[in-house]
Amino acid sequence: MKKSVIFGALTVAGLAAGAAAAGTLDDVKARGKLNCGVTTGLVGFAAPDANGNWDGFDVGVCRAVAAAVLGDANAVEFVPTTGKTRFTALASGEIDMLARNTTWTFSRDVDLKFTFVGVNYYDGQGFMVPAELGVSSAKELDGATVCIQTGTTTELNLADFFRANNISYEPVPIETNAEAQQQYLAGACDVYTTDASGLAATRATFEDPGAHVLLPEIISKEPLGPLVRHGDNNWGDVVRWSLNALITAEELGVTSANIAEMSAGTNNPEVNRLLGTEGSLGEMLGLSADWAKNAIMAGGNYGELFEKNIGENTPIGLARGLNAQWTDGGLIYSPPFR
Amino acid sequence: MSDQNANPYAFVRTETLPELPPPARETGAVKWMRENLFSSIPNGILTVLALYFIYLVLSSTLPWITGGIWTTSSLAECREVLNGKSAACFSVLTERWNQLLYGFKYPAEAYWRPNLALLLLLIAIAPVLFFDLPRKLLIFTAIYPFLAFWLIWGGTILAPIVALLGVVAGGVVFQLYGKNSFAVGFFGGIIAAFVVWWLGGALIPEGASENAMLSAVPSRDLGGFMLNMMLGVTCVSLSVPLGIALALGRQSNMPLIKGICVIFIEFVRGVPLITLLFVASVMLSYFFPPDSTVDLFLRVVIMITMFSAAYIAEVIRGGLAALPKGQYEAADSLGLDYAQAMRLIILPQALKISIPGIVNVAVGLFKDTTLVSVISMFDLVGMIRGPILASTEWNGVYWELLGFAALLFFVVCYGISQYSQWLERRLATDHR
Repeated sequence: MKKSVIFGALTVAGLAAGAAAAGTLDDVKARGKLNCGVTTGLVGFAAPDANGNWDGFDVGVCRAVAAAVLGDANAVEFVPTTGKTRFTALASGEIDMLARNTTWTFSRDVDLKFTFVGVNYYDGQGFMVPAELGVSSAKELDGATVCIQTGTTTELNLADFFRANNISYEPVPIETNAEAQQQYLAGACDVYTTDASGLAATRATFEDPGAHVLLPEIISKEPLGPLVRHGDNNWGDVVRWSLNALITAEELGVTSANIAEMSAGTNNPEVNRLLGTEGSLGEMLGLSADWAKNAIMAGGNYGELFEKNIGENTPIGLARGLNAQWTDGGLIYSPPFR
Repeated sequence: MSDQNANPYAFVRTETLPELPPPARETGAVKWMRENLFSSIPNGILTVLALYFIYLVLSSTLPWITGGIWTTSSLAECREVLNGKSAACFSVLTERWNQLLYGFKYPAEAYWRPNLALLLLLIAIAPVLFFDLPRKLLIFTAIYPFLAFWLIWGGTILAPIVALLGVVAGGVVFQLYGKNSFAVGFFGGIIAAFVVWWLGGALIPEGASENAMLSAVPSRDLGGFMLNMMLGVTCVSLSVPLGIALALGRQSNMPLIKGICVIFIEFVRGVPLITLLFVASVMLSYFFPPDSTVDLFLRVVIMITMFSAAYIAEVIRGGLAALPKGQYEAADSLGLDYAQAMRLIILPQALKISIPGIVNVAVGLFKDTTLVSVISMFDLVGMIRGPILASTEWNGVYWELLGFAALLFFVVCYGISQYSQWLERRLATDHR
């Protein structure tokens, strides 16, 4: 009897999960809240402040999607995930989308059955060394001890890079970024390698940042972006175009400051289509006409989010670099709103 | 010899000498030092070396602690104030104090609720720990879990009341029928409890939690040291009875019960706790529909309880095995049935033997509650490793935060250890 109960429960669970997967957009609207997966804490990208409010670059994406769908940037339930729990949380339906500096790779997209809806930050693996070492290129690091986080793509990239350049290294495996900072400062390793954004953020917290240099080599591509489950293309479109709306807004010069004025109608038809004063783009997505306007007002356009959370005026101090608009020589590029 | 008054001695003392103080080298600090620190030349050398070592440690840490800064609002400000000196930046503790204790999402106006629950815990736990106290206090202990649930999670008061009624109904049924047949009483009690819960659950109106006296707080919003304490207290108090049952079951003559207990213990002991936690947080959500999962806190409590119950069962089995066979036979010869023999003769002795082992498991369990940070629950360590170290203000503060965590855990674990030693002395009936 027990067995049949368990099987019954499993069947019901399976059916309910199938039914729930039918329309994430409808689920979110019915719930009145967006469940958005973020990291448990990464400087500049996502962290709760002293009052418990989440803030950061990835958090901005979550809020923009919530504003687009529900009209309220605060209608987000932030679900903190670790590197180990993030994919199961998304696959099991616990969260509707994941915005957790996750690298877009072939196997995650194809094998784990996720849809990456775009890239909100182009990162790459870099090296940091103490300035007194006098090293100016990663190719001079023959025989160095390297602090490296285990179980990440950075570990494999590092092995590839050193083998390709025919030099040797000694890895010092570490678990978290916090541990890495301590090990590196204590001199347990000559070099610390991780994503360049992480290195910059780490260096910014040192007592004497000037005593450490970032080497010019970037040895891997790490496009970070939000992702959703396979199988619900409508929801994927909503998240994709919410992100694209932020990017397009920067390109067209729509900011949170001038959006009220611009949404009254402008001479630029693309701005009008974006802000819903012309055409019916929102309706096609199953959203209200002012969806993009809400998304942009949530935290500003892409450039504003960048400057506020990780830009050059913040302690992290990242330059736009690859993440500049394509018109400024970067890679940030949105398909047209038409 | 005839002259009795003639005294052959020049002087006879008529009163005893007053007591003199012992020689200076045989008293007080000097004697203690001679005996304990400088009893031989090698010991003397070791003492001097040890003193030098202590001086080295203290001379570097004490200024660091006493020079600590408590009032700045970020690490950068701390460094500015210190201006190159080396001292602690305790400001992170004062600024994030509430987050360290309650997590970052527990509503600030409700902090008095877990505080009150902790205070009441001390009252509720006292009659269990100190059995000289009046037994009537146990009534409060029985009510406490429901009261604490209501205080911490808030929501409608009907939920804990229904839960309490269910337990009471189960207990009444067991009392009525358990005397004739243990099995009937046991399963009847469980069924009665479930019936009451089901009926009560149906009677609680929808949305009763929304306008409740205490605002409802979901489990995901719990955090900080409060979460460690809650997990520790709940899991220890649940796993001791479960462990006793498992240990007795493993010794049972009934093959089915024995088999179940052996498989349970061996399986759970053979799996790392962190694996069980991952199952609780990750795997189970695949089996439930997205909106009706079992509460995450409850899942974690079940997993940790299972884990420590298996260990406690083995500790108690050791205690049972240490009893001479004569004790079992004595109980049988008095005509006691199984339950009476266990309750009156076997378990009191076996548990007394097992105290150090049980306490060992309890201390380990309490510290293992920090493992929940890997499944993104923000316990004390999770708060430190996640939100606090990831904030732009405090990225880079390690010693102060982790030292604080160590201090909190040490206080609790040392308390447990001292209690167990008191208990062993109190229960000592032999004359070793």
